[in-house]
Amino acid sequence: MASLALVRTAGAKAITFAVIAGFATFAAFPFAWMLITSFKQTSDLVDPTHNPFVFHKPPTLEHLRILFFHTQFARFAANTLFVGVTVVVITLLLAVPAGYSLARLTGPTGEKLGIAIFFTYLVPSTILFIPMSRIISTLGLQDSLWSLVLVYPTFTVPFSTWLLMGFFKVIPRDLEEAAMIDGLSRFGAFLKVIVPVSIAGIFTVIIFTLTLVMQEFVYALTFISGASRFTISVGVPTVLVRGDVYFWGSLMAGCFIASVPIAILYNFFVDRFIAGFTVGSVKG
Amino acid sequence: MSTAAETALRARARARRSGVADDEARLGRLMLAPAVIYIVALVGLPFTLALLYSVSNVTVGSTGFRIVGIENFRSAIENPTFIRALRNTLVFALISQALVLILATTLALALQKNFRGKWFVRLLILLPWVAPISLGTIGWLWILEPIYSVINWTLRSIGIFGPNTWPIWLGQPRLAMASVITVHVWRLLPLATIILLGGLSSIPQDIHDAAAIDGANFWRHHFQITVPLIKPILLVALMFGLIFAVTDMIVIYVLTRGGPYDQTQVLATLAFFTGIDGGDLAAGAAIALFLFPVLAAGAIVLLRLARRSEVV
Amino acid sequence: MAIVETRDIKKRFGDSIAVDGVDLATKEGEFLVLLGPSGCGKTTLLRMIAGLEKQSSGDILIGGQVVNDLPPRARKIAMVFQSYALYPHMTVAENIAFPLKAQGAKRSEIPGKVEWAAEMFGIKRLLERKPRQLSGGERQRVALARAMVRQPDVFLLDEPLSNLDAKLRTMARDELQQFQRRLATTTIYVTHDQVEAMGLGDRIAVMNQGKVRQLGPPQQVYYDPADTFVAGFLGSPPMNFFNQDNVSAGFRPEHFLPKEVYQGVQEPLINLWFHVNRVENLGADRLVYGHLRDVFQSEKVIVNLPSTLHLHIKPGAAYEFAIKEQDVKYFDRTTGVRTEPKPFWKRA
Repeated sequence: MASLALVRTAGAKAITFAVIAGFATFAAFPFAWMLITSFKQTSDLVDPTHNPFVFHKPPTLEHLRILFFHTQFARFAANTLFVGVTVVVITLLLAVPAGYSLARLTGPTGEKLGIAIFFTYLVPSTILFIPMSRIISTLGLQDSLWSLVLVYPTFTVPFSTWLLMGFFKVIPRDLEEAAMIDGLSRFGAFLKVIVPVSIAGIFTVIIFTLTLVMQEFVYALTFISGASRFTISVGVPTVLVRGDVYFWGSLMAGCFIASVPIAILYNFFVDRFIAGFTVGSVKG
Repeated sequence: MSTAAETALRARARARRSGVADDEARLGRLMLAPAVIYIVALVGLPFTLALLYSVSNVTVGSTGFRIVGIENFRSAIENPTFIRALRNTLVFALISQALVLILATTLALALQKNFRGKWFVRLLILLPWVAPISLGTIGWLWILEPIYSVINWTLRSIGIFGPNTWPIWLGQPRLAMASVITVHVWRLLPLATIILLGGLSSIPQDIHDAAAIDGANFWRHHFQITVPLIKPILLVALMFGLIFAVTDMIVIYVLTRGGPYDQTQVLATLAFFTGIDGGDLAAGAAIALFLFPVLAAGAIVLLRLARRSEVV
Repeated sequence: MAIVETRDIKKRFGDSIAVDGVDLATKEGEFLVLLGPSGCGKTTLLRMIAGLEKQSSGDILIGGQVVNDLPPRARKIAMVFQSYALYPHMTVAENIAFPLKAQGAKRSEIPGKVEWAAEMFGIKRLLERKPRQLSGGERQRVALARAMVRQPDVFLLDEPLSNLDAKLRTMARDELQQFQRRLATTTIYVTHDQVEAMGLGDRIAVMNQGKVRQLGPPQQVYYDPADTFVAGFLGSPPMNFFNQDNVSAGFRPEHFLPKEVYQGVQEPLINLWFHVNRVENLGADRLVYGHLRDVFQSEKVIVNLPSTLHLHIKPGAAYEFAIKEQDVKYFDRTTGVRTEPKPFWKRA
């Protein structure tokens, strides 16, 4: 009996391990493949008789050289960073006060309004991009990075507001009341006590906003046409594909560089982010 | 103290109050206003415009604007490409969601226990969700390349494919749909898994212990205890997944551009090609909006269910 | 230093009324305790005095000035919260300095004042720590230091001892009273713990259902309760009550004693037979449960005998007990209000 149970436990362990290994491979393989491809010579890549898992020719940095010196990859990165930072600033300026207001100042009306704001996050960009393109051209912002700065907060503000609202709600009210008695106004207590105490939540919002900006594709594709104003997510697939010619090595290098670092950063904040997702929708 | 003196004092006291920085109600409205104004202007307004466009004849070039009623919807329905896109959208969304739910539940259950290196496994599993979707999809474009596909090479070398089998993953109708569904599942699996893991970890250990003492075996334990308990979270994951699946255009845009012969065309890509590339804003808006009522109703039903079955 | 006064102050939350017309005035430098069960409105009253809650009607005066419309920071008050509300991102020194900075004290004066306050509460060695590194007792002292550092006109304390364990609480109570005496700052202290109230207060305001039922020195509220609520709320075990017609009579468990104890006492006594059902030995006291043998047999009676009284009492027997007439209090049975002594026992 005991040995049978042991075998069953060992079997369950093996199955669990196999399941996890399988899924991890499925998830990570494209990125591993990007990495390998980035360092292979093109003539090695485009020979169907070659085993794609091994290097038949010495590794090369040629693809990286092309990516950085013969495309505007660095420019795309700079554009993405510019849009990202600006959108982060706008998102914080709008969402931090709004989240606090909903958590503390507006009462039951605020509760309903908070849910309404959360729902606007669910309105997909594929419904909005057509009228949005008209608005952008009316404002004379087509083919300008400012069009993205204007539009991206539509999906970062609602979710960040919701996330921060949850954060502010769990801060004891005593803290700001003590600050008000100690000599600050309600607003002063918010600035000098609540904001510093919520720094972890604010960081979560920053990371969340940056990843969303990195990922965004539809608006960037719709509004931007000049290569020097592309962001990474649109620029890499656009300029490294010339008609039917794919610069696979450089393409994969660009994809890898733009994907993995932010993923690692994001990993530290993911639990908070998910809490926002589920609390947001279940507990209302 | 006399009443007059008191009134004077009260007036002075009123003068000393600093106004809006202390007035909860006014401060609350003031702090909320920028976000609300922004959302109304840049979500509310475009959404209203989308509704308006869909019943008009507006195009990119012209300045004319005439209400044409449900004309756009009627001509959309009469267009075989639209019907195909509508069908594809449903196939794409439902199959990929079914797969995501099954796979995510399996993976979340497997990941429930702590083990060494769990954080690294989690990082790997999260990659597809966090990496820019367009770039991850480009990675798949290379993996599914007709001639140099690593899948083809591997399957050939272990003898599953004959030497002359050259499947064109993105060029043959059924394979193309299967490919875009696979990539979409790949991309949404992490989110669903992490949401479910959050749900699993919120089940008190007592309940697992009680089930074990009551003699529940693996299957009974999971399907009669664990899964019902995380049902609300499951429904939430399903809601997000459906919304992402129905409205996503990036995977298909990058992999197939809706091809071959519109075999993977979905409403989102069709709206893009019609409204932006083709310049017919009105028709594009009508296509994009077509499933919105269904989507909104679905989301509300799922949220209701999630709330009702919440266990706390 | 200042007098705090409320005039017919009321607070409604929706349909329910939390504070229902309270008139209260402290004396200069007094330690006033607001005592009552939870939900009686004592905390709401304190928060209105602090300016954290706006009263629905009525006036609040601090130092003779109407402060109805003043924000908390302009009321020259300090408050200690039940949770202490220490700012978690600041060190102890920064916490104590915070009110000084917030009210625009001169930069050069701040370190000296922080040191003075820390010295007074014996927390100088903790100045560089963060609140999460402190024990409960240390946190409480930091909260007190932060409250007094700016030398406010009024101290408001909201159950500041309830988060301490029992042993620490007795010590902290003693210290708190000493500081208050030394600073001689008007203090309003909210608690639901009658032992704290009796031990600390110069006067106690007993509250129930939004109203002050009695205001007076501890001895007076205890021995001379104004109504049945006050009589029943104070004292543990509570007062024994007997009802007849429209009258309630009550006496405290420690006043009903074996007849021998009262030998040679001048005041008139009431003698009653006490039937004992059960005896509980608590160490310092014995609680004896039973009922009167000849009258009010259905009313349970609890008697508190100090253990210094070496009497053999055993369950099942009846003993001759006595009580001073003046220790029996009479109340109107419908309104609960105290009345004149009634010829109660003879008629029964």
